[in-house]
Amino acid sequence: MQRWSRFNIASIVIGFAFLYLPIVLLVVFSFNESKLVTVWAGFSTKWYVQLFHNQALLDAAWVTIRVGLISATVATVLGTLAALAMTRYTRFRGRMLFSGMIYAPLVMPEVITGLSMLLLFVAIGFDRGFWTLTLAHITFTMCFVAVVVQSRLLSFDRSIEEAAMDLGATPVATFLQVTLPVIAPAVFSGWVLAFTLSLDDLVISSFTSGPGATTLPMRIYSQVRLGVTPEINAVCTILIGIVAIGVLIASVVSRSREIQRVKDEQAAFAH
Amino acid sequence: MAKFGSALFNRLVIIIPYAWLLFFFLIPFFIVIRISLSETAVAMPPYLPVFDLASGFGGIIDNIKQFSIDNYIWLTEDALYTKAYISSLWIAGVSTFLTLLIAYPVAYGMAQAPNTIRPTLLMLVILPFWTSFLIRVYAWIAILKPEGLLNQLLLTLGVIDQPLIILNTNWAIYIGIVYSYLPFMVLPIYSSLEKMDHSLTEAAQDLGCTPIRAFWRVTFPLSLPGVVAGCMLVFIPAVGEFVIPDLLGGSETLMIGKTLWNEFNANRDWPVSAAVATILLLILVVPIMFFQHAQSKADAEGR
Repeated sequence: MQRWSRFNIASIVIGFAFLYLPIVLLVVFSFNESKLVTVWAGFSTKWYVQLFHNQALLDAAWVTIRVGLISATVATVLGTLAALAMTRYTRFRGRMLFSGMIYAPLVMPEVITGLSMLLLFVAIGFDRGFWTLTLAHITFTMCFVAVVVQSRLLSFDRSIEEAAMDLGATPVATFLQVTLPVIAPAVFSGWVLAFTLSLDDLVISSFTSGPGATTLPMRIYSQVRLGVTPEINAVCTILIGIVAIGVLIASVVSRSREIQRVKDEQAAFAH
Repeated sequence: MAKFGSALFNRLVIIIPYAWLLFFFLIPFFIVIRISLSETAVAMPPYLPVFDLASGFGGIIDNIKQFSIDNYIWLTEDALYTKAYISSLWIAGVSTFLTLLIAYPVAYGMAQAPNTIRPTLLMLVILPFWTSFLIRVYAWIAILKPEGLLNQLLLTLGVIDQPLIILNTNWAIYIGIVYSYLPFMVLPIYSSLEKMDHSLTEAAQDLGCTPIRAFWRVTFPLSLPGVVAGCMLVFIPAVGEFVIPDLLGGSETLMIGKTLWNEFNANRDWPVSAAVATILLLILVVPIMFFQHAQSKADAEGR
């Protein structure tokens, strides 16, 4: 096959260099001895040590992790239900509106989503803080979960569900014992996606959070405005590390699940 | 019993997420519109009351009579806002075009790659999407600064004698948007190119088309759904972008997301920022509908 030409390879290499070089440089300069992030002055981990004495930053990290864990979990439940509703029930009243509300948050500018949620909380007299932040995160991340899970459900073989129902399983039991194990990798990667989106959101968080609930991106943002420092590079490197590990685990889990599923299927056919 | 349980289960599957999105996503937009029609007040919250349901239907009618379009008149009178909308659309348009120029060859190269390495390439495109948006934008500051890494490199290579001023100009914003949104453009184009039947281009070439002509007459038209989806995924959020113009753009860069943010946080004028958001939403409603239509069509095909 001649299709994989030199031009193709060159465009991929350039494209990927463009995607990765800035991140690599950021990580490299977090280990810089000098206070400047543009001149290399030798290897040092002092900025990381300094991070652990920055109480404001540690507090913000703790808030961010709690919001992320709670919102990703609730968003995964809601998003999975939404994906089921979208794929299983092709017609119900207001389906157009429903699918609109799933897709619109994916592209909606964050300033609009943030402002509108803030005004909702003010209108119902809900004090801004940790919980408003969490509710806002659930709302915008659940749509991403819905899209991820939906794509898995579209290729789902429904005959095994029908078999379970024919054998007398209730819909809830069928869902928990048949459907959920099959779509579990997608649900899990939906959770990871929701968690990372919650972890890095700045704009929606700034609108919906209140005193005492400053997240890590909000803290980073306020420091970035004062200037670029290796300390920020160090925080960013840690965040990138966490995300990289998360993605790695997610892909390993889904791959081993996939292998297991293929094996199970082959075993089933062999009998 | 089983039937009853099944009906209840089916209902709940739809009702729970539906109700959540109605309450936290749709209703807030109506509140935004309502507040954009109220008058600014020096108080907390800084606008006059929205609805006083206690006074019943008559109260609502009275309330509607108090609607004022002053905020919208204000927006049209101050040239700043009009300029900000136009420049946001322009910057988003240029960036979307540049993103397409870079993303298409990458997606095309990926679709032509041997089957064995395609999943790895796909993973590599998706991976940056998982790292923080803020961090990725921040990374560019150190590169684009006058004494930054790009200028150091170019000066050492002797390409330029004077540092290029890129940071705090529109070029920095273009770079930031292209960089941040590149995966959103690559993925849909790749998925439409990957599904393509290669015998079509071969047939075109057998019939005497040059490879370039075959590309424009056959491959490109077939990848259009992916191109359209990618452009929407980049253009719509880019119009309202805040982080990129704020960190990479200069003080004279006008983008509506930044204007809205300042109006809200610095001037504390909630009704005016609600009006800014309402108009932005009206501008974007057509592209958003277009995007949803394309998505539902893709879903229907996938089914």
